[in-house]
Amino acid sequence: MAHYLLHINGASLHVAAPSDETLLSVLRNRLDLTGAKYGCGEGQCGACTVLIDGVPTRSCLIPVSAVGGAKIVTIEGLGQDGQLTPVQQAFVEEGALQCGYCTSGMVLRATALLRETPQPGHEQIVHAMDGNLCRCGTYPRIVAAVQLAARLQARAVPPEGARR
Amino acid sequence: MTPQHIPALEVLPASESSGPQLDRRDFLKLLGGGVLVCLVPSAAMPQESGRTFGGHELPKEISAWLHIAADSRVTVFTGKVEVGQNIRTSLAQSVAEELRVAFDSITMVMGDTDLVPWDAGTFGSRTTPTMTPILRAMAAAARELLVEMAARRWNVAAATLTAADGKIVHAQGARSLTYGELTRGEKLVKIVTAQEALTPAREWKIAGTPVPKVGARDFVTGRHKFPSDIVRPGMLYGAILRPEGFNALLESLDSAAAEKLPGVQVIREGNFVGVVAPDDYTAHHALAAIDARWKVPPQPSNQGLFDYLKSHPESGENDAPLHVAGSVAQAMDTAPIKMEEQYTVQYIAHAPLEPRAAVAEWQNGKLTVWTGTQRPFGVRDQLMEEFHLASHQVRVIQPDMGSGYGGKHTGDPALEAAHLAKVAGKPVKLVWTRQEEFTWAYFRPAGLMEIRAAADHNGKLIAWEHHNYNSGPSALTTPYTVPNQLVQYHPSQSPLRQGSYRALAATANNFAREAHMDRLAHAAGIDPLEFRLKNLDETRLRAVLQAAADKFGWGHVPSTPERGFGIACGTDKGGYVATCAAVEIGDGGKQVRIRRVVQAWESGAIVNPDGLRNQLAGSMIQAIGGALFEQIRFANGRILNPHFAEYRVPRFSDMPEIEIVLVNRKDLPSAGAGEIGIIGLAPAVANALFAATGMRLSHMPMTPHGYLPSPPS
Repeated sequence: MAHYLLHINGASLHVAAPSDETLLSVLRNRLDLTGAKYGCGEGQCGACTVLIDGVPTRSCLIPVSAVGGAKIVTIEGLGQDGQLTPVQQAFVEEGALQCGYCTSGMVLRATALLRETPQPGHEQIVHAMDGNLCRCGTYPRIVAAVQLAARLQARAVPPEGARR
Repeated sequence: MTPQHIPALEVLPASESSGPQLDRRDFLKLLGGGVLVCLVPSAAMPQESGRTFGGHELPKEISAWLHIAADSRVTVFTGKVEVGQNIRTSLAQSVAEELRVAFDSITMVMGDTDLVPWDAGTFGSRTTPTMTPILRAMAAAARELLVEMAARRWNVAAATLTAADGKIVHAQGARSLTYGELTRGEKLVKIVTAQEALTPAREWKIAGTPVPKVGARDFVTGRHKFPSDIVRPGMLYGAILRPEGFNALLESLDSAAAEKLPGVQVIREGNFVGVVAPDDYTAHHALAAIDARWKVPPQPSNQGLFDYLKSHPESGENDAPLHVAGSVAQAMDTAPIKMEEQYTVQYIAHAPLEPRAAVAEWQNGKLTVWTGTQRPFGVRDQLMEEFHLASHQVRVIQPDMGSGYGGKHTGDPALEAAHLAKVAGKPVKLVWTRQEEFTWAYFRPAGLMEIRAAADHNGKLIAWEHHNYNSGPSALTTPYTVPNQLVQYHPSQSPLRQGSYRALAATANNFAREAHMDRLAHAAGIDPLEFRLKNLDETRLRAVLQAAADKFGWGHVPSTPERGFGIACGTDKGGYVATCAAVEIGDGGKQVRIRRVVQAWESGAIVNPDGLRNQLAGSMIQAIGGALFEQIRFANGRILNPHFAEYRVPRFSDMPEIEIVLVNRKDLPSAGAGEIGIIGLAPAVANALFAATGMRLSHMPMTPHGYLPSPPS
């Protein structure tokens, strides 16, 4: 066991874990952050997606030893004071889930997409989200939710120029 | 382990029909004051009232119960489970409708065997046609009961009172009492029977509307606890040693290295070998450190699978045809248009995104298991049998889980976790790996369908013979009008463990039938839509067929080698579906893309149009996998592609443009809609591929290698 100081959702957490244990396992089994899901353990489904320094990352593939200095955001860290983020809000409004097991990974992947591309087109959304599986087949609503989130976000945040 | 044939569970097994044993349950005490309304199935049950919750003399045969608390909150208890099909929402809508309360005053308690009435399980599209009427009847009876209570209190005739918005109102609002006020200070049990007239769908105000999914917020914030998220104090993590192949014999086992790891215990009971450890990482490392040698006998593979299924009948099964009319042989002899063909479907996996999982805890001789299952009471029965326990000694709790699609009927991880927890003396969590899920669950059956059929000069069907080997009898009989018929299901000895899958064999049988209809239409020189309508008297199916064709613009644009259009329809379990597909052939005739799908659907009165659309779109997308590329590859007792990298499932990039036409028949009872929406896509796509390429692909998946075969020269 080694000791790590992880920066997760704005908090600094000490955790003891073997160096090759995956971040997903540490989150779920040592820190009780169960929002990231196990779906395949092979980076094929995206259910375990977290943001590491803003980059959507498969937490089932990355060892805990590799994320010591990084800022990690899990689904539990989105939103503040009980407020949903535009992406979360859009998923609710579009009913973009069935069983909901893929949802946290989808929400985080979409969050990262909208940070890079605030107004993505249909093809950009499909391309960005294609690594995340939804076995219930809710894809059309998820695409609609990402589009709605883009609109909600544009309304919430004034354009760059207007802020000055 | 012997491959098992898991019954399709469409019929309630008689042995499981015993009622709940309420008298040993003390949960009623927890409900506090108010009124508990219990629905009993027959009017022969005595009307009881005034008995306190602690009275312990509730009838055994209770279909459902609900509780109205002093604060007017309504809690409804049902054995059905939420697996993504949205019944937590739709059932609550129906209760709110009949009880005349706001939708959000209702809480559904589901799938907890200590708290809810016995239920066979959530499968077969049975929730909407069977559980909804039960809950509606109970709610209506509860409403009448509240009216009577108010009438007594005010000493007025019940007929002068109305129930609305959670209140009983007298004389157009001159005075009113909320349900909570009416029951406050009471602790009543009321037994009711289903005699009340239910509100007709045309008058629905809450049912029939697109109420958003309950608890969606908990899913988008990660707060919802799925079965695999459950944590218990002092919990250990388990892992199971799996054989190298099916039917393997354990020849030797050396677990010394595993047992040296800190906190690890290796548990062996015959061929069952598992480990427990303080954490998941250590459990799996310990498992990997076990040196086990297995002997795996030679076994069948995909190669020659369909010959195998045909030549290995399941002995002792009823071999009578499902339906016989006239003489197919005679009609075939003289028919001008005839067609004979074989169709096949491969084994496929449910691959629910949440693998099977269970947390088992033994406390004072009582076993509690949290697990993802469509049959909490079935799993309870399995645990009772395995550990020789009485029903009150086992509690199964099913947190809303990461889907099932018919794949989570059995209690495998619950049994495994319970064994580990019993020996370890601590709660144990077991989450199957994806590879275990792809290997040790059960599969949708593979099957061979043989059809021969004939039509006369006018394109009227005169003979239809349809044999299904192994995949199942669902939707085997044709909805078309044919004077001479022979329809038969032939169970086989399956080389793989098989069981229920969304829509069961309706997918396979409808694929074969609708592809065959397309062949006959072509042979008769008649448009496929016209050919179907010419042979179809079933008005509900005709209606969706016409609705889908109209929306699609069927017949407006001819198919070309680059773009083909196909149509198909089908019915089962009270759902009527018709699907039109446009496929695009790219990459010099090799690549298939489904570009557009229009699906029309009718299943009686719609309870929640938003949830229904979600189910239908999901069904179509899931259907793409089985139609084009999903296939379990196996040989010698081993699954050769037990990973998402090798077992391709539909992704965002496979998504066609989808349009759904809902036919709302408010004059007809509501049927279930979670399954049959899946059966139209594959034949529509097969027929569209023919229209474009002239090739008939009679196997599902149609493009297992990811591309179309070269056309025959």
